[in-house]
Order: sequence, then C-alpha cells, then structure tokens
Amino acid sequence: MNVRKQAMTLTLNDELVEVLVKPYETLLDTLRETLGLTGPKEGCGTGDCGACTVHLDGKAVASCLVLALQARNRQVRTIEGLGTDDTLHPLQDAFVRHGVPQCGFCIPGVLMAAAALLAETPRPSDEEIRYGIAGNLCRCTGYTKMVTAIAEAAAAVPQGAR
Amino acid sequence: MILPGSVKECVQALAEHGAAAKLVAGGTDLLPQLKNHLLKPGVVVDLSGVATLKKLTADKGLRIGAAVTARELERDGRLATGAYRGLAESGALVGSVQVRHLATVGGNICNAAPSADMIPPLLALDAEAVIAGPRGERRVPLRDFITGVRTTVLGADELLVELSVPDPGPHSGGAYLRHTPRRELDIAVVGVGSQVTLANGVCTKARIALAAVAPTPVHARAAERALEGQALTPQRIEEAAKLAVEAARPISDQRGSVEFRRHLVRVLTRRTLTTALARANGGQA
Repeated sequence: MNVRKQAMTLTLNDELVEVLVKPYETLLDTLRETLGLTGPKEGCGTGDCGACTVHLDGKAVASCLVLALQARNRQVRTIEGLGTDDTLHPLQDAFVRHGVPQCGFCIPGVLMAAAALLAETPRPSDEEIRYGIAGNLCRCTGYTKMVTAIAEAAAAVPQGAR
Repeated sequence: MILPGSVKECVQALAEHGAAAKLVAGGTDLLPQLKNHLLKPGVVVDLSGVATLKKLTADKGLRIGAAVTARELERDGRLATGAYRGLAESGALVGSVQVRHLATVGGNICNAAPSADMIPPLLALDAEAVIAGPRGERRVPLRDFITGVRTTVLGADELLVELSVPDPGPHSGGAYLRHTPRRELDIAVVGVGSQVTLANGVCTKARIALAAVAPTPVHARAAERALEGQALTPQRIEEAAKLAVEAARPISDQRGSVEFRRHLVRVLTRRTLTTALARANGGQA
C-alpha cells in the first residue's frame, strides 16, 4: 500500500485545521495521535461500542470507521468542542450533577451521541433517548443515570437552541 | 487513496487499477476488513466526494443513489408511509445510529451478506441495479445482482451507482421485519420483506423476499403466486406464510437452527404481509 501522507483540511471544533494523514488512517487515529484530542476513545475499533463517537457535519458517527481523508473539508466536533473551558454543555453539566461517569471510558461517546440526539430531537421520549444511545456500550452498566441526565438536560435547553 | 469527484472519475480509477482497487462509501464493512487484514487492496477509491451517488429522488418510483445512507432511508418523509415503509424500516435496523449515518444502501448490496437488511425490501419492490462501467451504463434486476455469499455480478471495472424502484402504484404497502436477540447492533437471524399491491380488493402483485435463509436473499415465489389474484384474507396470508418456508434453505449456526429459522420465516412472513396489507389500504400500521 502507498503510505505517502496526504494533506487535508477540516473544521475541527470550529477551527480550520490542516493535517497530514496516511491514506488508510482512521479519523479516530488522526484525532488522537496527530491532533492530540484524546476524548474520543478506541473501544472495539469496529463500530460496535460507540466510544469513538464524534460529530461529522453535525451527525453522530463512529470515527473508527471513517477514513481520515473522508473528513476532508467537513465539520468535525469532538467532546473537546462540546462545551467551552468556562461553560459546560448542559449535557455535561447534568452528567456531573447526576454522577453519571463511573470508569468514564464511554462517557465522551455517550455525550456526543446524546448531543446529536438533542440537536435532532430536542424533547426526546425515554424510548428515543434509549435508542439514541443504543450504539454506546457502558461496561459499568450505568445507563439509568445517563437516561435521567439526558432527559433533564433536554428539558433545560430552550426549544430551538443547541 | 483516490478521491474522485464524479462517477466518470470512479470508472477511470477502476479502469486503471482493476481488481487491485477497492471502493469505499460508508466504510462500515470495509474498515473492519482492512483492520483485520482480510483485505489488502492496492488502492482505495473513496466515493464520499461523488455527490450524484447521494441523491434520493421520488417521482413515479424511486431513484436511490448507491451512497444514500441507512439513516436517510430511516428518516426520509417520502418513505415514511405505504409502499416504501418497509425500506425505511430496514434502514432503521442497521447497526446503531453512529453506523447508520455512514452505512450506505449500495454498500449493503455490494457487500452481499445473506443477512443484509436493506436488500429484502428492495427485492420486494422489484428494484433494478444501475451499474456504471467503461462501456457505459447497464441495468440488472436486483434479484440477479447477487450471485452468492459476498459475490455479485459487478466486474472489477464497474460500480453500482443507483437502485431504481418502479412506481408500485397507488394501493401498495410494504413492511420489513427481522428477528434478532437484541434490537440494535445485531445481525438478522431471519429477515422478511413483503410488498402487496391491491386493486378492487384483490391482490394484483405480491412480493416476499427472505434474508439469512440461503446463500443469497431469495424470493418466496410459490407464496407470491398463491396471493396474486386473491383477496388477502388472514387464511390466505397464513397459507402463503407456510409456502414461504419452502423457499428457505437455511443453515444452522450460532444465531439459529434450521428449524428455528424455518419457523421464523413463517411467522415473519405472516406479520409482514398483514402489515403490508394494512398499509396498502392506507393504514398507518
């Protein structure tokens, strides 16, 4: 295989970034290894666990299944760009208050899946919340608090806002 | 990695690299194969920059670009009722939301797994595969497109560009159901897609397509014939469900035995036909 690196640009957490990537490198590897964003995690590497969930053009995707070059000229958001240094996203705030994280490994992926869900469905039912995070495995099995926290954050966000 | 911007450029890349080239659309099947070194392509051709492959048009039938995602089928309002509802249901069952945003219809078909969820509803809709190659475009009925487990009629220099669905008519309904131990991120033990079209209270066309019970998805032809020209009473639907079992040639594996799969074909055929009938009659079932 040709391993010559290719240059590409993407908008990462609202900033234009230029990066050199190997042809068959995943977006997850680029984010973690080259760009130093270690929020997205590699659990399974095959799209089954959701720990690597990021937003690609606003949609939740498994970044371990995306080739980095497929994100060229597109918008990528990771957990690092969900809130700001000063202000947590309402979902993060609810997760902290409810003590959702146990070991914490799945949490960045869960938060990104939940944020994408609320962007699409601002007032989800409990069932919609459960399906919204059904692609995220939590081996600590802390799902009940997740659903509670996501429902509370949804109720707190004014209609029409992110 | 080659990054074409049009179908023409894809065909050129395939002509240049032949069997050494591998196409990637959503990547949900390809990436795990690359990571496990099951596949060692000389070059990967990325379809994500080809806009025409992402179009879904509904006008006297459907034209579904090969790179339309499972999530788009799940959420497109034009597929939410009646004739196309089975297709939307199949899209909604693929992987998880993170996978459905990536996984494409064309990928599901070209990967040609016996259990592929999006194939039965398209078979039931009599879809045609539109193929681009160096000699131009050719069209192949979807039922002839898949030739075996993970094999298709596609030449090394060709790509699937579109699924073309003929107008099913005003009183047509479709449904897709599968059985899995868990709802998300699982693979069908059996999948059944049914489609019925009615005129004056009589079934003018019936299609039943089965997944995960043979090397390729298959039509239950005897069951289809038993319904056509008839009023679809619960008894006739039950008879058709029994006949559908004869089209199944399942294997026993860790997901289910031969006997269990045959049982599921009967149950899911009855349920999908019943739902498809209600939808053909304008119901929101």
